[in-house]
Amino acid sequence: MPVVEINNIVKRFGSNTVLDDVSLSVDRGEVITVLGRSGSGKSTMLRCINGLEPIQGGSIRVDGVEVNDPACDLRVLRQNVGIVFQSFNLFPHLSVCDNITLAPRIVQRQAREHSRDLARGVLRQVGLEDKLDAFPNSLSGGQKQRVAIARSLAMHPKVMLFDEVTSALDPELTGEVLKVLEGVAAAGMTMILVTHEIGFARRFGSRVVFMHHGKVHEIGPAAETLANPQTAEFAAFLSAVLH
Amino acid sequence: MHLARAVVRYGFQFRDVLAAWELFVEGLLVTLTLSVAAFAGGLALGVLGAAIRTYGPGWAKFLVSSYVAVVRNTPLLVQLFVIFFGLPALGIRLDSMTAAIIALIFNLGAYTVEIVRAGFESIPEGQLEAGRALGLSGPQIFRHVVLFQSMRSMVPALSSQFIFFMLGTAAVSQIAVTDLFHTASLVQSRTFRDFEVYIVIAGIYLVLAQVMRLVFAGGYRLAFGGRS
Repeated sequence: MPVVEINNIVKRFGSNTVLDDVSLSVDRGEVITVLGRSGSGKSTMLRCINGLEPIQGGSIRVDGVEVNDPACDLRVLRQNVGIVFQSFNLFPHLSVCDNITLAPRIVQRQAREHSRDLARGVLRQVGLEDKLDAFPNSLSGGQKQRVAIARSLAMHPKVMLFDEVTSALDPELTGEVLKVLEGVAAAGMTMILVTHEIGFARRFGSRVVFMHHGKVHEIGPAAETLANPQTAEFAAFLSAVLH
Repeated sequence: MHLARAVVRYGFQFRDVLAAWELFVEGLLVTLTLSVAAFAGGLALGVLGAAIRTYGPGWAKFLVSSYVAVVRNTPLLVQLFVIFFGLPALGIRLDSMTAAIIALIFNLGAYTVEIVRAGFESIPEGQLEAGRALGLSGPQIFRHVVLFQSMRSMVPALSSQFIFFMLGTAAVSQIAVTDLFHTASLVQSRTFRDFEVYIVIAGIYLVLAQVMRLVFAGGYRLAFGGRS
């Protein structure tokens, strides 16, 4: 059974149709990279998956649970769907440890002592174990994003969404975050990444999705599709990104 | 030169005035009690009002805005008189201290709403989104993400407002509350040294305001110190 099943969804902002009949099925352990120009709807699709944006048509199922069913408890759903944002969105008034353990403690009701071990564990995964008691403002952009990834990992989600997580970082810091993403992928996490990192998509992506004008314009196995784009639009996009 | 000569001729005498120090201490305690009660009540009312104004339904927002508009556009003295002299007409008879505390909380609450609301609105949307994405409920996001985070930016504005407000509590002497300012007229009627009495009172208010400033600054450092 797919972890994420998107069927013919439609998303409008007023009269502007942002997602037009989009379908995508993601199996357990897949790493899907979503490419496209800004405004193509790729970030919006990601935000629909964990219910941050309501949809106007179609359906989304995560682990068999209908996201847009009014009976769906979004709070339960979101514990299964982690999302990491471009702008990190760490809580500046909380230490790294508290950023990571806030949701496990108050949503999943874990004991404080246990949650500190949890934080240490996920920080080890992103290589920042020594930052347990640091505050976000003392971290570099790359470190902040790694903490944000750790915060998401701490919920033990079934799928993780990454919304242009390296776009706010310079190349060096991008590299350290991509390395962490590799590690997360290698550990078997199901991942959907909106990104411009073609190299990452080629090496670690199972499939690549190219979105254009709110539709899935091209989709296929990562390496092949990137090497041989079938549509003129994708070819043009790739040559623009690679040059 | 005229002024200097006048000062010499007047001949300041603080002895009798200072002999009444116990009265000043009593007045000071009343002013302190009123202020602290109003700070606590006003802060609670302000946070509640700001939460409603920022996240509440339309009709409740309207109620809070009306409350803020009425309080901020009428004198505290008039509010005091409405509560102390007006309410008895409805059968609500309050002793002067109770009336004063109610009026002060009502007054400070409205100013606090505006400061706290500005604090809430300074929290970027991404913070709320991160809270939602982690599965936090609305009230949990409010408490753990918005409230604690915005307190930091609010404290400086709140402490100025509170000190300014403490000085304004002198108005309660008009409904016969024996606060620090009221003490002045007591001592004045005993000693007839008006000038000295009001200089002493001014000095006490000055010290009280500075001490409050230090307490707020210390509390701020204690709560947020070491984190930039």
